[in-house]
Amino acid sequence: MRDLTENILELIRRTSTDLPADVEKSLCTSIEREEPGSAARGALETILKNVALSRKNSTPICQDTGTPIFYVHYPEGMSTRKLKEQIRTAMEAATRHSYMRPNAVNVLTEKNSGNNLGGKAFPTIHFEEVEGDELTIELMLKGGGCENVGAQYSLPDSRLSAGRDLAGVRKVVLDAVQKAQGQGCAPGILGVAFGGDRGSGYLASKEVLFNKMDEGNPDPKLAELEQKLTDEANQMGIGPMGFGGKTTVLKTRITGLHRLPASYFVSVSYMCWAYRRRKMSVKDNEVTYD
Amino acid sequence: MREINIPISDETIRSLKVGDPVTLNGIMLTGRDTVHKWMIDTFIRKTRPPQGDDLQVYGAIKPLLKDSLIYHCGPVVSGLDTKQYKFVAAGPTTSIREEPYQAEVMKHFNLKGVIGKGGMGPKTLQGCRDAPAVYFHAIGGAASYIAQSVTRVLEVYKLEFGVPEAMWVIEVIDLPVVVTMDAHGQSLHAVVEAQSHQVLQDLLAK
Repeated sequence: MRDLTENILELIRRTSTDLPADVEKSLCTSIEREEPGSAARGALETILKNVALSRKNSTPICQDTGTPIFYVHYPEGMSTRKLKEQIRTAMEAATRHSYMRPNAVNVLTEKNSGNNLGGKAFPTIHFEEVEGDELTIELMLKGGGCENVGAQYSLPDSRLSAGRDLAGVRKVVLDAVQKAQGQGCAPGILGVAFGGDRGSGYLASKEVLFNKMDEGNPDPKLAELEQKLTDEANQMGIGPMGFGGKTTVLKTRITGLHRLPASYFVSVSYMCWAYRRRKMSVKDNEVTYD
Repeated sequence: MREINIPISDETIRSLKVGDPVTLNGIMLTGRDTVHKWMIDTFIRKTRPPQGDDLQVYGAIKPLLKDSLIYHCGPVVSGLDTKQYKFVAAGPTTSIREEPYQAEVMKHFNLKGVIGKGGMGPKTLQGCRDAPAVYFHAIGGAASYIAQSVTRVLEVYKLEFGVPEAMWVIEVIDLPVVVTMDAHGQSLHAVVEAQSHQVLQDLLAK
């Protein structure tokens, strides 16, 4: 198995410094909705200047380079132990190159490890074996500000009169958006998972954020709810940075998980506008980046 | 756009109103969660005795903070090995986490305000009236762009808190911000919160 450390370092560099085209396009579209001269429009203009500058100079889009979350899909027979080692070495190098801020803090001693490695869970790496001979490594960097405004609801929720159905899901997601205000660096992207347990729900709510902005939901009912939630969230007038304005949420993604008869969780992951996710593929010894 | 130079006078602070876009020039310090807790515990509420270089650092930062600002920011800094520090990425962090401490810190150090994102609550708003001080909102995530405004890193204190949590003494030129909480009791965040709450109630009733 070839050493992919340098390629993974490049994946990290791209993810931290080069906002994906579909996200940038969505931000460009949203600018037109905001009043000329408004703080909301000014915020979006600054955001887009920052995106261009970060790409040009290979510097982090956001100083909070976030929790690194890797999803590795590997072919049969590949060593996940070696892959993990290469990812960790690349993460250390990315920190030295200032593509990543040292972000792993020991919760007990308060000491920052200085190299983005900490325990078994930092960075987070998920492995899954797939058919075929292609290896793909996806990376998402999720900042702390938006992670802090994520929320999990257990239905029914009497405070919001939210029952155990899609109407109830709608209500709690809108509540989460209102509570988040601008704290999650709006305009945001919502990843929603309903069902599952507390752990699998949050996990799935992040996994849906790997989808492209223009990818439709295969389930027509969920596709409809996604659009409705985006529209209604934008009616709340929170706006970019919470300055007030028309663009609060750029996109909503929903997925359902099987649940226990007793449980009905709705897990909401809020992704900031600095929606950093990238993918690399290795096939026949050739490495490509999306 | 109006330029504000640090040190800032009370008169200038009182002239600022919610919604004013301004640019900032001068010397300020970064400080976030660990710094605020350290200031409160060690020097303000004094629940923890000073340790190590605490008193020395206190002596150094006190004159720097007078009539200046704390920037809620955990930067990406290059040159850590050579100590030729340079800010590479330096957007604001979420300010609300400092809500329990901010008003007391502003008062104790004679700050003229703080810079952050997301706004702060009623305690800080009252602190802004009393000081007087304002809350400047920088654009969250615009880290490369804002780092360009940081022309010099003059000093770093408490680097043992970690790079994001240390106190970086920086000189900025043309740092773009918006006043979202002023010294007259006005808060854009309170207004947006109340309005969106009403819309939410209407949507929930549907």
